[in-house]
Amino acid sequence: MSSAETASKIQARNLDFYYGDVRALKNVTIDCYDRKVTAIIGPSGCGKSTFIRTLNRMNDVIAGTRVEGTILLDGKDINAPDVDVVELRRRVGMVFQKPNPFPKSIFDNIAYGLRINGLRDRRKLEETVERSLRGAALWEEVKDRLDENAFALSGGQQQRLCIARSLAVEPEVILFDEPCSAIDPIATAKVEDLIEDLKKSYTVVIVTHNMQQAARVSDFTAFMMLGELVEFDVTEKIFTNPANKLTEDYVTGRFG
Amino acid sequence: MKPAARKKIIQVIGFLALRAAMFLVLAILLLFLYDIGKKGGGVISWEFLSQAPRRGMTEGGIFPAIFGTFLVTVITAVLSVPLGMCAAIYLNEYAKQTGLTRLIRLSIRNLSGVPSIVYGLFGVILFVNVLRFGTSVLSAGLTLGLMTLPWTITASEEALKTIPNAYREGALALGATKWQMIRTNVLPYAVPGMLTGTVLGLARAAGETAPILFTGAAFYLPFLPKSLGDQFMALPYHLYIMATQHHAILQVRPLAYGTALVLIVLVLGMNMTAVVVRYRLRRKQR
Repeated sequence: MSSAETASKIQARNLDFYYGDVRALKNVTIDCYDRKVTAIIGPSGCGKSTFIRTLNRMNDVIAGTRVEGTILLDGKDINAPDVDVVELRRRVGMVFQKPNPFPKSIFDNIAYGLRINGLRDRRKLEETVERSLRGAALWEEVKDRLDENAFALSGGQQQRLCIARSLAVEPEVILFDEPCSAIDPIATAKVEDLIEDLKKSYTVVIVTHNMQQAARVSDFTAFMMLGELVEFDVTEKIFTNPANKLTEDYVTGRFG
Repeated sequence: MKPAARKKIIQVIGFLALRAAMFLVLAILLLFLYDIGKKGGGVISWEFLSQAPRRGMTEGGIFPAIFGTFLVTVITAVLSVPLGMCAAIYLNEYAKQTGLTRLIRLSIRNLSGVPSIVYGLFGVILFVNVLRFGTSVLSAGLTLGLMTLPWTITASEEALKTIPNAYREGALALGATKWQMIRTNVLPYAVPGMLTGTVLGLARAAGETAPILFTGAAFYLPFLPKSLGDQFMALPYHLYIMATQHHAILQVRPLAYGTALVLIVLVLGMNMTAVVVRYRLRRKQR
C-alpha cells in the first residue's frame, strides 16, 4: 500500500463488535491516516456505522454491546481502562447521519462544546464561533443571524452547523456517519467540498452509501460486507483495479 | 351506491361520531360547572373567602380550609416534585434497562392506581405513628406527597422520553459528560413537560379527602395551623362535612356548593398555571 509517507492516526486491529449475541464486526483491521480521508463503503447492515461509532466509543451508550480487539489512537488503546471517554470524544468528533442541531441559537450551538469545557470568556467564544463557522463554510450565510434558532436553517445548513460545532472543540479526528444521506445534492456538494478542505488539518473518516462520494472525497477506501472487511486500499485502486471480486462487483454496481 | 361515495359517507359518519363524543363530554362538564356555579356562586363574597366558619359552620367563611389546602399542597410539592423528578431522571437516563428496573417501573405504575384511602392508612402508620409526626399538616402533606410520587415520576419520565436521542448523542460526541449532557441538553427541554405533569398531579392531590382524613385534617378549627405539627382544615374535607356530616345539612347546602366552587376554581387555577408555565418556558427556548 502506498501509504508509507503518511502517519497512521487510528489503527483498528482485529476488531470484533457484539450487539448482545449478534456479531456485527468480524476481525476488522483498518488504518486511518493523518490528514487523509478514509471512506467506509458497503451495503446496508455491513457494519460500517458500527465501525465508525467504535472510534469515539459512541457505542458505549447502547446497552448490551461489547468490543474486542484494539483501536489505537496515536498508538494508545482507546478502550484501555485509564482512558477518559469524555476526552476521547473531544479529540474524535462526530457528525451524524441526520443533522442534529440543538434547539438553541446558532451561536449557542457552536459554543456548546466550549462551554461544557468551561470557557466563559465572551470574546473568546465569539472568536471561536466565527472561526468554526468559517471553517464549515457557513459564516457568510449566518453571520447576521447568530441569535436565531438553529432549527430555522435549511437541512444542508444544519449539517454544516453540526460540522462547525464539532470543529469548535478542536478535535484531531472527525467522523462522518453518512453525513449527506438526509440533505439535497447541492448541499451535499458543499459538504463534500468542506471535507476536502478539512483534511488539510484533520483526520477524516466518512461512512457513505454513495460510492461516487467515496471516490470523490476519499484517499483510502475500505469495503465492508456482513461485518467483515473485504478490501482496504487507496481509493483509486479500489475503484479502478480492486483485488477482490466482491469489491469489483460492488463498485461496478453489480449488487448492493 | 358507488364505492367512492360509500367510503366518503362512512368517513363523514365516523367523524360525526367522534365529534359527538367530544361535545357530549364537554356538555356534561359544562352542565356540572354551571350547576355548581349557580348554586354556590351566591355565597361567594370577600367575607366567605377571608373569614373562619362561625356558629357551628352555619355562617362565616372558609378561609382556614383554603389556607390549609394551600399549605398541605406546598408540603406535598416539596416532597413529591424534587424526589419524583430525580427518580425519573435516574430511571430514564442512568439506570440500565434490566429486569429490576422494569420491575421498579411496573411497581410505580401500579402504585399510581392504589386507592387514595390506602395511602391515607399507610400515612397514619408511617408518619403519624412510626415517625411520630402526629395528626398534623406535615403528616397529611407527606402522605399526599407519597400518593403523587408515582404520577410525578411517570409524567417526568414521559417528558424525558420526548427528548430526541440525537440531542444526547450530539452532546456526548462533543465531549460532554453524562451529567453535563443531561443538565444542559436534556433537562432544559424536558422541564416544561415535567412541570405540567407534576402540577396536574398536585392539583389532584389538593382535591383529595381520604389521605388527609386520618393524617391531619380537622373537622373544625377556629384558628390557622401555627406550625407543621398542627392540624388543619382543608377544602375537600370541609366540603365532605358540609355535604354529608353537618347537623343542619339543608341549611348549609349553599355553603357546601360555595366550597365546591372555590375548590374547583383553585384546581383549575393550578392547571392553568401549568399551561402558562409550560408556554412561557417553551417560548423562551425559541
